[in-house]
Amino acid sequence: MLKGKKVAILGDRDGIPGPAIEQCVKSAGAEVVFSTTECFV
Amino acid sequence: MGFPVVKGTAYALIQATEMVFHQGTTQTSERRKNPESEHLKKLPEHLRSFQDAVSYPPNQVYIGNMTPDDLKDIPRPWYQAPVPGASRHGKYGEIMPEDEFLGLIKIVDAFDLVFLEKGFQTQVQEKIAAHLVLGDINGLDKLSKEPGDAEQIKKMVDDHSAQPLLFAGKLVGCVKKAHEFDEALSDHVMFENLVSKASAVFVLKHLLAKTELQADQVEYIVECSEEACGDMNQRGGGNFAKSIGEICGCVNATGSDTRSFCAGPAHALVEAAALTQTGIYKNVVVLAGGSSVKLGMNSKDHVKKGMPVLEDMLGTFAVHIGENDGVNPIIRTDGIGRHKIGSGSSPQAVMTAIVADPLDKLGYKIPEIDRYSPEMQNPEITEPAGAGDVPMANYKMIGALSVKRGELDKKDLLKAANSFGMPGFAPTQGHIPSGVPFIGHARDMILDGKINRVMIVGKGSLFLGRLTNLFDGVSFVLEKNSGAPQETGFNKEEVRLMIADAMRVFAQAFRGE
Amino acid sequence: MDLENQARIKELTAKYGKDDLIVVLGGAEAEASGLAAETVSTGDPTFAGPLSGVSLGLKAYHIFELKDEIDPAVYEEQISMMEMVLEVDEIVNEVKTYRG
Repeated sequence: MLKGKKVAILGDRDGIPGPAIEQCVKSAGAEVVFSTTECFV
Repeated sequence: MGFPVVKGTAYALIQATEMVFHQGTTQTSERRKNPESEHLKKLPEHLRSFQDAVSYPPNQVYIGNMTPDDLKDIPRPWYQAPVPGASRHGKYGEIMPEDEFLGLIKIVDAFDLVFLEKGFQTQVQEKIAAHLVLGDINGLDKLSKEPGDAEQIKKMVDDHSAQPLLFAGKLVGCVKKAHEFDEALSDHVMFENLVSKASAVFVLKHLLAKTELQADQVEYIVECSEEACGDMNQRGGGNFAKSIGEICGCVNATGSDTRSFCAGPAHALVEAAALTQTGIYKNVVVLAGGSSVKLGMNSKDHVKKGMPVLEDMLGTFAVHIGENDGVNPIIRTDGIGRHKIGSGSSPQAVMTAIVADPLDKLGYKIPEIDRYSPEMQNPEITEPAGAGDVPMANYKMIGALSVKRGELDKKDLLKAANSFGMPGFAPTQGHIPSGVPFIGHARDMILDGKINRVMIVGKGSLFLGRLTNLFDGVSFVLEKNSGAPQETGFNKEEVRLMIADAMRVFAQAFRGE
Repeated sequence: MDLENQARIKELTAKYGKDDLIVVLGGAEAEASGLAAETVSTGDPTFAGPLSGVSLGLKAYHIFELKDEIDPAVYEEQISMMEMVLEVDEIVNEVKTYRG
């Protein structure tokens, strides 16, 4: 599902932050085109 | 010299419902995009009274009239469980109403930027003159001088050259811009900075009134809010710290501002610990005022869910760090936790760096710390907004890390989280909830012999500044004082003997040749 | 969902098309994660941002759902601890409902 896809990441400071998700989806062969981390506090 | 100690703390809150509506960024953004929005229409119905704010259980915990553990026994929603007979005065500080605070903003204004309408100014002058802690404040006479003219105030606000100051729905004053076009000195920035300064002054006055520390004994102040002051040539030039100490009569102090988003206070406390342990300064105060822009940050969700807008409180704190007195809890400076640039940003990398690594250094296992104070945001504020129960998530992370390290059985994770954790009770004011709200309670609990050690954890979202994707975090352990000040491992006598030994060996070798 | 991020997702969909672009979430809790998934699929239900009334038709997954595709060593290092912390099933069930 991820391989060869473009991925936009919406991370969460109090969940999984953007950079951690980036590492994961890159390892699955996806290209990260946007990555951010939201903060509610 | 020994480890430095926490000699005293103060905590204060200010209710600022009008600022929620007029200066909170959730509302100002909404007004810019959609002035006719439903949210802005409904919000005023959800603002609470001063009495409701005073009797709100988490606020009573914040100012020290109840403990965090007391909150465990109060069923939620807490906003429907007012504390009977609650007082605005607390063991650690006070909850102040908005009118008195507007008076305080004018008192701390050094550049004639604040105008208060005549009748209103007279009223607050009387209240502040009679105030237990503020009655003797430098600059009180400003409230007897140069009152603002109601029409002129309205004109400046309508022209957008001043931020409105309201009380009970009525325009009673304004903060005007400090420069014709310099954005760093705009009315908005000056308002924000004066709110931060005034609220920090309030809490420092409480620290000086409630503890043995005298104003002239303070040698250094570290201010650690999230604001920046300066002009267009040095937008974050500083110095909040000295401006706050000046009003409070700290004539022997200098100071500076430390910033790292919500982790700022933890950094500042480590700096203060170092400054006192090395003997550079005897008495250091770490403090921060509140953030006006964060007021009502999650209010859209609160309004939508039919709740009161609970983010109507400006939060403040002050902590006095001093030399080891053999009594007060020590800061274990030999095991400071820090999120390093190379630590990584996954939650487990962050928690390993700021919780597990320093404990390894100190020789403690995770469950050997009696209490953890990570980010103590009130869950009643964050849950409706989708951020969950932040302290509980931190406790589970600490527990999960302990499971991964083989110190804890997975089935005991929740039990452990509940035993070293506490319900969050701090307003979502960024730097304010980050570890520091528990220091006052921790000091009392350690002095009373109820617990022995506590870890204070500050975390910060550096990526919000758009300069780096890095996260940040700093931690330290507060521990019961053994009564013997000599515990840092650095003993002058021992070092002298070691040098003498080395010299002897060298002399012998030299002779042998 | 953050308004600036809504605008970015809108731009990216225009650039790459809805079939090539996947949204991956890291939300701490079910409702907020579901809200983000709904926003990029059928539009912003709060009618606050650029995706109000805009149906991009993007598919959103929470990172927990993609575990099988990720290098196990990387997943272990980056995510595994949070499986013990967050309500995984609740979050996954909520996010799923918005993929049609």
